[in-house]
Amino acid sequence: MSSPAVSATHGAFDGASHDGHDHHHDDGSKTLLGFWIYLMSDCLIFSGLFAAFAVLGNSTAGGPTAKELFELPYVLGETMLLLISSVTFGMAMLNMHAGKKGGVVAWLAVTFLFGAGFIGMEVYEFAKLVHEGAGPSHSAFLSSYFTLVGTHGLHVTCGLIWLVVMMDQIRRFGLTDATQRRLSCLSLFWHFLDIVWICVFTFVYLRGAI
Amino acid sequence: MQALFSRLRYAGVGAAVLLSGCNMEVLMPKGDVGAHEKSLILIALGLMAIVAIPVIAMTLWFPWRYRQSNKKATYAPNWSHSNKIEVVVWTIPAIIVAILAVITWTSSHALDPYKPLESEAKPITVQVVSMDWKWLFVYPEYGVASVNELAFPTDRPVNFQITSDSVMNAFFIPQLGSQIYAMAGMETKLHLIAREPGTYAGLSTNFSGEGFSDMHFQAIATSEDGFKDWIAKAKASQANLDTDGYNALAQPSEKTPVTYYGNVAPNLFVNVVNKHMGEMSHDAAMHGDMMQMHHDAPQESMQMDMHPHQDGDAMSSNITPAKAEK
Amino acid sequence: MFGKLTLDAIPFHEPIVMGTLVAVILGGLATLALVTKFRLWGYLWKEWFTSVDHKKIGIMYIIVALVMLLRGFSDAIMMRAQQAMAAGESAGYLPPHHFDQVFTAHGVIMIFFVAMPFITGLMNMVVPLQIGARDVAYPFLNSLSFWLFMSGVVLVMVSLFVGDFAATGWLAYPPLSGIKYSPTVGVDYYIWSLQLSGLGTTLSGINFIVTIMKMRAPGMTLMKMPVFTWTALVTNILIVAAFPILTVTLALLTADRYLDMHFFTNELGGNAMMYVNMIWIWGHPEVYILILPCFGAYSEIVATFSKKPLFGYKSMVYATSCIGVLSFVVWLHHFFTMGSGASVNAFFGITTMIISVPTGAKLFNWLFTMYRGRVEFNVPMLWTVGFMVTFVIGGVTGVLMAVPGADFVLHNSVFLIAHFHNVIIGGVVFGVFAAINYWFPKAFGFRLNEFWGKASFWCWLVGFWMAFAPLYVLGLKGMTRRMNHYANPDWQPFLIVAALGAAVIAVGILCTLIQFYVSVRDRKKLTDPSGDPWGGRTLEWAISSPAPFYNFAIVPQIKELDQFWEDKQNGVAYVQPAKYEDIHMPRNTGVGVVMGAFGTVLGFALVWHIWWMAALGLVGMVAAFIVRAYDRDIDYWVPAAEVEKIERSRHAQLKQFQTTQVAPVAAPQRQKVA
Repeated sequence: MSSPAVSATHGAFDGASHDGHDHHHDDGSKTLLGFWIYLMSDCLIFSGLFAAFAVLGNSTAGGPTAKELFELPYVLGETMLLLISSVTFGMAMLNMHAGKKGGVVAWLAVTFLFGAGFIGMEVYEFAKLVHEGAGPSHSAFLSSYFTLVGTHGLHVTCGLIWLVVMMDQIRRFGLTDATQRRLSCLSLFWHFLDIVWICVFTFVYLRGAI
Repeated sequence: MQALFSRLRYAGVGAAVLLSGCNMEVLMPKGDVGAHEKSLILIALGLMAIVAIPVIAMTLWFPWRYRQSNKKATYAPNWSHSNKIEVVVWTIPAIIVAILAVITWTSSHALDPYKPLESEAKPITVQVVSMDWKWLFVYPEYGVASVNELAFPTDRPVNFQITSDSVMNAFFIPQLGSQIYAMAGMETKLHLIAREPGTYAGLSTNFSGEGFSDMHFQAIATSEDGFKDWIAKAKASQANLDTDGYNALAQPSEKTPVTYYGNVAPNLFVNVVNKHMGEMSHDAAMHGDMMQMHHDAPQESMQMDMHPHQDGDAMSSNITPAKAEK
Repeated sequence: MFGKLTLDAIPFHEPIVMGTLVAVILGGLATLALVTKFRLWGYLWKEWFTSVDHKKIGIMYIIVALVMLLRGFSDAIMMRAQQAMAAGESAGYLPPHHFDQVFTAHGVIMIFFVAMPFITGLMNMVVPLQIGARDVAYPFLNSLSFWLFMSGVVLVMVSLFVGDFAATGWLAYPPLSGIKYSPTVGVDYYIWSLQLSGLGTTLSGINFIVTIMKMRAPGMTLMKMPVFTWTALVTNILIVAAFPILTVTLALLTADRYLDMHFFTNELGGNAMMYVNMIWIWGHPEVYILILPCFGAYSEIVATFSKKPLFGYKSMVYATSCIGVLSFVVWLHHFFTMGSGASVNAFFGITTMIISVPTGAKLFNWLFTMYRGRVEFNVPMLWTVGFMVTFVIGGVTGVLMAVPGADFVLHNSVFLIAHFHNVIIGGVVFGVFAAINYWFPKAFGFRLNEFWGKASFWCWLVGFWMAFAPLYVLGLKGMTRRMNHYANPDWQPFLIVAALGAAVIAVGILCTLIQFYVSVRDRKKLTDPSGDPWGGRTLEWAISSPAPFYNFAIVPQIKELDQFWEDKQNGVAYVQPAKYEDIHMPRNTGVGVVMGAFGTVLGFALVWHIWWMAALGLVGMVAAFIVRAYDRDIDYWVPAAEVEKIERSRHAQLKQFQTTQVAPVAAPQRQKVA
C-alpha cells in the first residue's frame, strides 16, 4: 500500500507551472476518445431498441397501427427543431474556437430553447396518444414505439441538463481547457442524438406512414 | 470416410463403456432419432479425442519433462517461435473442425425436429400443451386427451405439435431423442418414432416455476393393439375437456395424476395457441388475412381459455381497448 | 409511503434465512466494532473508499469478490445437499420456493458479483502497471464504477433478508420473469442490481480501452504489449459492445414489469423469444469477457515459470482477437431447441466450433512455452497446469454441444451444467487463483504461503472433478437442471458423490482463507524486497512491491516485448536515474461513494415502488455528479524531492537484498539456443 503519510501531504501543490512536460496530463484527446467509445455503446442501446421495434412493429394486437397514429407534419416540426438546434450548437462551437465566451453562452441558450421545444412537442405527442387510448401498454408495437422514442427523449433531456450546467460553468470559469473539453463532448452527444433522431424519423415515422 | 466414422464410433463407444457401469438413457435410445443422435455424439467425441488426448498427454508430460530440477532436459531460454509448430497447431484443429462442420451441417438438416420422418407407416398426431405444471396431450384424430401420460404405437412416426398455455417449457423424452421448447402463442414441432415397446420417462427440461420438478410424464410405446386399447380406455373416460373442463385443468397444480378425457372440444389446440398470439408480426405480415380470420374466429371461444393467473379484467386483454373504443 | 414494503417482507418464518441474517448482523456489528475500536474509519475512508488509485480499487474488487464467493458457494452447497437428499418420495429440506431462489442467486452472484469483480479487479491491479502508466485514464470514473458495482452487491445481499430474490434462473427468461408469473419483488432485485453493476462495468470497460489505447509507455506499440494487457483490451472491447445490450434487455423487461408494457409477455403481441435472443447476444460474449483475461494471466504465468518467452506471442494475440470477434456470432447455440431452421442452427453450431480453433492454438502455445523450459512448480503454475487439463475436457464437451443434433438431447441437462462449470471453474476460477497468487506480492509486498496454496489447488481440482464428473453422467442419464427433487432413485448415488465433491471444494476455499491468514502472519518471512519475486518479464516487476502510489517514478522507454526481462539480461534493470521529476496525480474523492450510496437507495426504492425515495436517489446521483463537475481541485503534483526520497529507499533496499541473496532476481544468463 502506498504510504498514507506521503499521499496525505500533497495538498498544496499548484500545477500551473507543470502543464508543459507531463505526458499523462490530459490534453483532451483521452476524454474525446473515451466519449466516442461511450457514444458507440449508447448507439448499441439504440440498436437494441430499434431491433425490438423492428420485431414488434407489426404486433399491434388488433390495436391502432403506425399509419393510423402518426401525424407526419407534426413530427416533421419536431425534427426541424432538433435539426436547427444542431446548427445552433455548431454556432456555439464556432464561438468557442474563436474564444468568444458570450457568444458561446448565447448560442447554447438558443440550442436549449430548441431542444426544450422538441421535448415539449414530444411530451405533447405522447400525452395525446395516451389520451386517445394508444398508450404503451396497449400492444407490443406501442410498447416498443414509446420505449424507443422515449429513450431518445430522455437522452435529449439529459442533454438539456448538461447544457444548463455548461452555460453556468462557462459563465463562471470561462473557456478553460476543462470547459472546452466538456463542451466538445456535449457537442458530440448533441449531434449524435440528432443522427439517432433521423433514424427514428425514418424507420418509425416515415416507414410507419407508408 | 464412412469407415473412419465407424471406427471413430467404436472409439467413442469404448470411452462410453468405460464411463458407464450404469445405464445412460441418452446413450440407450429406443427410436431412430435418438439412435442418430447417439451416434452423432460418439462420432463427435471420437473426432475431438484426436486432438484432446494428445493435448492432455502433452500437458502432463511437458511440465514434468522440463521441470526445473531436471537438468538433463534441453533448455532453450529464448526459443519462442516456430512457424512449423504454428502451422500444425492451427491446421490440425481447423481440419477437425472442418470435418465436424460438415457433419454438423448434414446432421442438423437430417435431425431437424420440424422435418417429418420418412416411414411407410401412417403417422399419428399428438398435440402437446405445457401447463402449470403438467402436460396435456390431445389426440385430434381420436378426439381424446390425457394428462401426464402419452401413448403411441411403435414403428409409427409421431408428429408432435407443441405449445404452452403458460411460461416456456421444453418437451423431452430422453430415450426417443430430440427435445423442443413449448412456448405460448407458438407452435413448435417435433417428430419422433419409437422402435421398441416400453415406458419411457418424459419431462420438461426448461425451468418453469415452483411445480417444475414434478412436471414429468410417461411415454408409453406399445403395439398397435395396445395403443387401440389405450385409446379405448381414454374414450371410456367420462371426463370432458370442454370450456369448463379446460379451465379447471389450467389452474396451476402440482403432481397432477394421470387423467383421461373421453371428449375433447374441437380446435382446442389451435385456440390455446391463438389466445396468446396477439398478432404475430412476421406471420401476420406474410399471410395477414388468413391469420386475421384465424385470429378473430377463436375470439369467441377465447372465454374458455381464460388464463388461471389472470383476473377478470385482464381476461379481455385480447380485445384491445383501442379496438373496443372504436 | 413505503410502497410495497411492509414488515411481512422479512421472511421471519424461514429459519435458514433468519439464521443467516443473525450471523450477518452479528458479523457486521463485530466488524464495525473492531473498525471503530482500532479507529480505522478515517484510514478506510481516506485511503480506500475514496481512493482513485487503480491498485487499491483493484484490491477492493477482489476482496468483495472473495466475500461474494463465500455467499455464492453457500448457495452451491445448499443445492448439492438438497439434490443429494431429495430422491423419490423425499422432498429434501429446501422447498421449491427457496430452492429456486438459491439456484438463481448462485448463478447471478457467481457471474456478476464474483467472476466479474475478480476480472475487473485483476485488470485494475495489473494493466496500468504492465503498460507503464501511473493510473487509468479516468481515475474518478474508476472509483465510481467500483461503487456502482458495490450498490449492486448491496441490493443482492439485501434481497436475502428483505423480500425475496428472483426464482427464475440466472437469466430470468420471460414470461416466467414477467409480473404475471413472478409478482414478487425478486425479479426487481435482480434487474436493479444488474443494472447498477452493469453500468459500472460498462464505464470501466470504456476506461480501460482508453487507458490501454492512450497511456502506454512510449515505444510500447500494440504488438509489444504484454499478453495480459492484450486480453484485457479485447475483454473491455467486448464489455463495451455487449453490456449495453444487457442494459436494453433488462430495461425492456423492466418496462414490462413496471409500466405494463408488452415486449415479452404472452399477451398483446409480446415476444419472449426476442428476450432469449437479446440476453444471449450479451451472454455469450460475457463468457469470453470472463475467460480472456484469465487466458492472459495463464500466458504470463507460463512464460515466467518456464523461464522462457511466451511461445507464439503473435498467434496468441490473433487468437485472442479472433475469439473476441467470433464471440458475437454464436449466441444462438444457447437455444438450438427453440425451433429455428436447420440451416440457422447449423450456422451457429459451426461458428461455435470455429472458436475452438484459436482456443486450441492458445493451449498449444502454452504447451510449447513449457517445452524446453525450466518449469518451476509454484502455486500459480499448478493452477495453470490444472486448468489446461481440465479446460480441454470442458472444451470437448462444449464443442459436442455445439453440434445441434447432439444438443437436442443434452440441452438444459446437468451435462450442460457440468460443461459450463468445467470451463468457468476450470478456466476462470483457476485463472483467478493463479493470478492472485502471482500478483499478490505486487499488491501487498509479500508472497502468499506455498503450502496452503497448493493444498487449496488440490482440493479444488479433486473437488471439482468429484462434483461435476457425476453430473456429466447424470446428464447422459436424462437428468435435467434446476430440479428441486426427482423421482428416479438411480440418480441419487451420483448426486451424493457430487455433494461430497462440493464439500472438498469447500475445504479448498478454507485452505485459501488459511493461506491468506498464514501469509499475513508470516509477511516478514514472505516479504518481497526485490519487487520481482518470480523472475518476471513484464514492467510491473520492475518496480517495488508493493508498487508506489505513482507506479513509475520515471516512465519507462519500451523497445522490446519483454522489456524488463531484456533490461535484466543487459544489466540495466535497476539503474537509478540522475534526476526525478514532479509527478501529476489525481486527488482522492468521495463522490464515487456518494453516488454509489444514492444508487443503492435508488435501486432499493425502485424494487419496492417507493417513488419518493427513488426520486431522491436519482436526484442525489445526478447532483453529486454535477457537484463533481464543479470541483476544480481534482489533482495535485508530487514533488520530485518526495519521489526521490521514496525511490532512494527502494534502491537501498534492493541493494541490500542483492548483496544478501544469491540473486534469484537475476535471470539465468543467456544460453545457446538448444
